[in-house]
Amino acid sequence: MLTKRIIPCLDIKDGRTVKGVNFEAIKDAGDPVELAALYAAQGADELVFLDITATVEKRKTLSELVNKIAHRINIPFTVGGGIKSVEDVSVLLQNGADKISINTAAFEKPTLIELIAKNFGSQCVVLAIDAKKEADGEWYVYLHGGRTKTDRLVKDWAREAVDLGVGEILLTSMNHDGTKQGFALDITSQLASTLPVPIIASGGGGNEQHFFDVFTSGQADAALAASIFHYKEIAIPDLKKYLAIKGIAIRL
Amino acid sequence: MNIAIVQYNAGNIQSVLYALERIGVSALVTDNVEQIQKADKVIFPGVGEASTAMQYLRERKLDVVLQNLKQPVLGICLGMQLMCAHSEENDTTCLGIFDNEVKYFVPKISSIKVPQMGWNNITQLKTGLFQDIPENSYAYFVHGYYAELSKYTIATTQYIQEYSSALHRDNFYGVQFHPEKSAAIGEQILQNFLNI
Repeated sequence: MLTKRIIPCLDIKDGRTVKGVNFEAIKDAGDPVELAALYAAQGADELVFLDITATVEKRKTLSELVNKIAHRINIPFTVGGGIKSVEDVSVLLQNGADKISINTAAFEKPTLIELIAKNFGSQCVVLAIDAKKEADGEWYVYLHGGRTKTDRLVKDWAREAVDLGVGEILLTSMNHDGTKQGFALDITSQLASTLPVPIIASGGGGNEQHFFDVFTSGQADAALAASIFHYKEIAIPDLKKYLAIKGIAIRL
Repeated sequence: MNIAIVQYNAGNIQSVLYALERIGVSALVTDNVEQIQKADKVIFPGVGEASTAMQYLRERKLDVVLQNLKQPVLGICLGMQLMCAHSEENDTTCLGIFDNEVKYFVPKISSIKVPQMGWNNITQLKTGLFQDIPENSYAYFVHGYYAELSKYTIATTQYIQEYSSALHRDNFYGVQFHPEKSAAIGEQILQNFLNI
């Protein structure tokens, strides 16, 4: 049976993890390769690396890092952050990334999705959406790491992007991100039940029950979290055992 | 041991090379006919679309080369599908090493996603390719088309229906999943192939 996926996310700046804390098992939690290898060994199903490096000159650092990760890690991984062109995608895939994620650049130029899908296949195109529920009860798309509001509804943008060729959607609720109060179940299940591509839920996962809820009520195909894994608030093997006991299809 | 990874217009080829490096062997990524023919083992990987891949292989006469190899050959994902007789993906005549038809997954309900993406079980494991691999082990899949069950089936997986997640005939092996991305189980399967 196809399993639900648990995906740790590592934020990368200038080739280093931003939020790494000390793990006894590894010498340097600031080294993304070491931390990624630890998560893979613990049973993470995939990994996401989000580059928040501000400067263009440091992009080469990212492609070198991706190559090191590809040599070391034996599970699939996605790389995102600042991707603006087919050339950016090509460099990352050639260095061994399995998928790339695009966000603002795709919204500003939707044909980018078509170009990437045509050149490399939909299976490697993850659309990241930063979503915020407003007072009117609707979910809106935000850009530039959540700093810029748009008038576009999440459900409309997600549908258009799928029609253009994205193979997966990484949906982050800005209302829930960092709260540890649970994932956004309503918009997650709305997308998961109406779109033909997998939905990765992100933002708000704080305990094991939240993951159970997002896989059941939220109908998510995968769940992503960062700090709760980095700060060892939840250990991946414990989380996966909990979900398996509760009847969720999980790879143990 | 001389290992050739067939280079063609498909993705994910480096990942196979890196996975082999992790289990301590080096390989040559090549589209050179002679290098492929004289290799001890040939790996035919790939993520991509069937008709453009077959056209590329035919233009370089690699189709005939692959069909006539006598050493162990392992097709991965699209590589395995191209070793079948025909694919519904753009109505493509393939290499015919396995006489299987490759069909499109038709979801029975709208909540089933196509392509299948993620970890699924491999069962009814046969041949040395799956030596020491427990029944129901998880492997990583990304595919929208599947090979039907046949006498060549050496592993099955359930997604929408039961299908062939691995095939075998003589010296030819094919796996639908990605051993290079399937954690320790995948590395063991690659090692098993090298041991054949």
